[in-house]
Amino acid sequence: MDITDFYDTFFEEAEELLSDMERHLLDLDVDDPDPELLNAIFRAAHSIKGGAGTFGFVVLQETTHILENLLDHTRRGELTLRRDIVDTFLEAKDMLHEQMDAYRNGAEPDPVAFERICNTLKQLALDELGKSMGEPTEQAAATPEPEAAASDADSGKSPAAEAGDGGDVLRVSLLDVGEKDRQLLVEELGQLGTIVSQQGDAKRYEVDLTASVSAEDIEAVMCFIVEPEQLAIERVARPAAKAAEVQAPAQSEPADQAAAKPVEEQPVAKPATAGSGASTDKPAKAAENKAAAAKNKASESSSIRVPVDKVDQIINLVGELIITQAMLDQTASEIDGVTHSSLHNGLNLLQRNARDLQEAVMSIRMMPMDYVFSRFPRLVRDLAAKLGKDIELVTEGKSTELDKSLIERIIDPLTHLVRNSLDHGIEMPDAREAAGKPRGGKLTLSAQHQGGNILIEVIDDGAGLSRKKILAKAESNGIAVSDSMSDDDVWQLIFAPGFSTADQVSDVSGRGVGMDVVKRNIQAMGGHVEIMSREGHGTTTRIVLPLTLAILDGMSIKVGEEVFILPLGAVLESLQPSRDELYSMAGDDLLLKVRDEYLPVIALHHVLDVADARTDITESIVVIVQGEGRRYALVVDDLVGQQQVVVKNLETNYRKVPGISAATILGDGSVALILDIADLHRLSRRKSTPRSAVTNTPIQEVIPS
Amino acid sequence: MTTVPQTASPIDKAQALDAHSREFLVFSLGSEEYAVDILKVQEIRGYENVTRIANAPDFIKGVTNLRGVIVPIVDLRIKFHLDNVEYGGQTVVIVVNVGERVVGIVVDGVSDVMTLTPEQIKPAPEFGVTLSSDYLSGLGSLEDRMLVLVDIDKLLTSEEMALVDTVKAK
Repeated sequence: MDITDFYDTFFEEAEELLSDMERHLLDLDVDDPDPELLNAIFRAAHSIKGGAGTFGFVVLQETTHILENLLDHTRRGELTLRRDIVDTFLEAKDMLHEQMDAYRNGAEPDPVAFERICNTLKQLALDELGKSMGEPTEQAAATPEPEAAASDADSGKSPAAEAGDGGDVLRVSLLDVGEKDRQLLVEELGQLGTIVSQQGDAKRYEVDLTASVSAEDIEAVMCFIVEPEQLAIERVARPAAKAAEVQAPAQSEPADQAAAKPVEEQPVAKPATAGSGASTDKPAKAAENKAAAAKNKASESSSIRVPVDKVDQIINLVGELIITQAMLDQTASEIDGVTHSSLHNGLNLLQRNARDLQEAVMSIRMMPMDYVFSRFPRLVRDLAAKLGKDIELVTEGKSTELDKSLIERIIDPLTHLVRNSLDHGIEMPDAREAAGKPRGGKLTLSAQHQGGNILIEVIDDGAGLSRKKILAKAESNGIAVSDSMSDDDVWQLIFAPGFSTADQVSDVSGRGVGMDVVKRNIQAMGGHVEIMSREGHGTTTRIVLPLTLAILDGMSIKVGEEVFILPLGAVLESLQPSRDELYSMAGDDLLLKVRDEYLPVIALHHVLDVADARTDITESIVVIVQGEGRRYALVVDDLVGQQQVVVKNLETNYRKVPGISAATILGDGSVALILDIADLHRLSRRKSTPRSAVTNTPIQEVIPS
Repeated sequence: MTTVPQTASPIDKAQALDAHSREFLVFSLGSEEYAVDILKVQEIRGYENVTRIANAPDFIKGVTNLRGVIVPIVDLRIKFHLDNVEYGGQTVVIVVNVGERVVGIVVDGVSDVMTLTPEQIKPAPEFGVTLSSDYLSGLGSLEDRMLVLVDIDKLLTSEEMALVDTVKAK
């Protein structure tokens, strides 16, 4: 086994640690930092440093080392946090990420950037602590640890306490660790403290060391190489400590060392901290850490890491299973049900199991929206600072789940919307005050399920969209507008390509930049965007997405001999038109009157050139469909039925087909195409509709107004 | 590996010869014989259950379900302007792998697999309005037979086949 085999594990774990670090840093209340958070940040830095050291990522190790020292001072209350210090920490975290990426790609990190961040951090230490950042020993000497000082006061200065901060000997036992890993681990332990002795064999190898770090810290470092079960860390008393320990009669002979007790049972620390009167109670903290570690461990063992392509493979296979099952069903339906009842029962069972299996497998791909939302606190913070605005970010519905492929594709559009809201939506503090609003703006990100859809909203309490300005802008862009347009229609104008990209006339004009891209991206995911806005009160942008792309509720329809699938979400109703509901317009266009509304009629057989379709529209079925805000009547021959279909990409082996969004496989094994409602409308407009194709029966004429 | 040198050398020689000659799958379109590199061929199957795609060129017959994968079917007979395009029991689809894609091509029949040595592969002449020599890797000459060696990669990914989205339109 080569050490490089562990690289990926390290990178993955380190990445998680870094994102934890960022999250904790953002959660920090600068004025009253939560010691638990500070500890967590420190531990994350420490673990990364340990791992980096083990794998020889020198630059990463050194950067983390400096950061870790600073964090150590912070958590001990020697460095008072300020916003800019947190900013520096965040910057350092970004740098660590960059360095890690460089290592991951087999390159060396940028030395200039490395030097810069080191200098920044060192300067920070110099300014805040009035001393240079150097080796940990140097630092430990300069700032005696409260515990150490306390134990000095309590029990008299012992030479052992001087050698290391804790003054305790930790016995790290490595169980069943191979020769190569063991060397690495011992080396690593050497960096954490001073190794007093080491002995043992492959089965159990014991290393005694004097170190200032806690058992958890050692464990955190080691876990990059070995499993937690392979590691046992005990605090063993040694003669010097024992002499100082009057209140611990249980602590005894060196002979007892082998059976020494775990950390929390060890009374050594207790009198020390009690004496120091420090606000952070060490044993309590250790216990908490332990509890947290135990919790982590629990979540580790209850989940496994699986590459996404493996999951996708399972999903594909389950899709196949569903198709096969449908195929069997169809065949079995032709078999006499009485004589083969057990076959039918079996098939019914199979159907149920297959559906359950499919649902279970699909849920693997579901990820909480937190995956997306968690990247916004940082963005909002940075952007708000840059813009000089005071913005509070609220996220709701973090646990709402969405298909992984959608989750990844929603990030960019959502980022765009958030930026827009921050930049153009929420006003400057003074302007807000003048408008009678609180100085601080509020940006809400929310996610919730609604039917088979997920609603993601970006809500700001900013200036809102200005109807007047948008209309004026649209007019100058040559878009046909009128004052009587509904608000919804006006808001939709900002999605027009190139709208307001020209001059930034007002705070509103910027809103159009790239909004067409946002809309296109969302539509490509099968969703749509809605805007609700009130001038002076803010704007809500709502993204509506299907929960998953892999399965679609469809309605199968027949035209001629061909079967197509309509996405059920787009279907409003279906009806059989009578002659007096049909009107022709401008000679060629046909309109259908449905409850006081005139809908354009599009014949599927005409748009898709289907042969042998019914030509008399009054004998056909009309399905009222809606896509991208357009509503029209689609003429088909027959409705076949509703079914869930597994969506198969056409572009994998072929190309995009106009009017078609994807394909699926029917129960009989044949391929059916899934219609793209909005694209079908565009397609029909490209192919002008000769009236003869739609109907050859006389219809009422209306004069176009 | 303890082969005696004397016996090893003739074997090596034969292998070297093999390395230069290539195997081709020979298929017929009307009375003409064509061939594709056998390594590109995934499988051969019957022509059935093809779903038509609207507004596509006439030689794209549609798509079919190949064990859960949607595969486009191209009829080379139509593409090459052959008469008598019929679909019967003899009509077969050669499923080929082109780059990352899987495409089925309809032919009149598959005859055999031929091994051609470099000497038997003649350069393709500059000709052809329907079949540009760009899409040929040469002509195979076998006694009285002539095989048109099709560079299936180039042919199927070419713009005129309209199988692949050419440089993103937007």
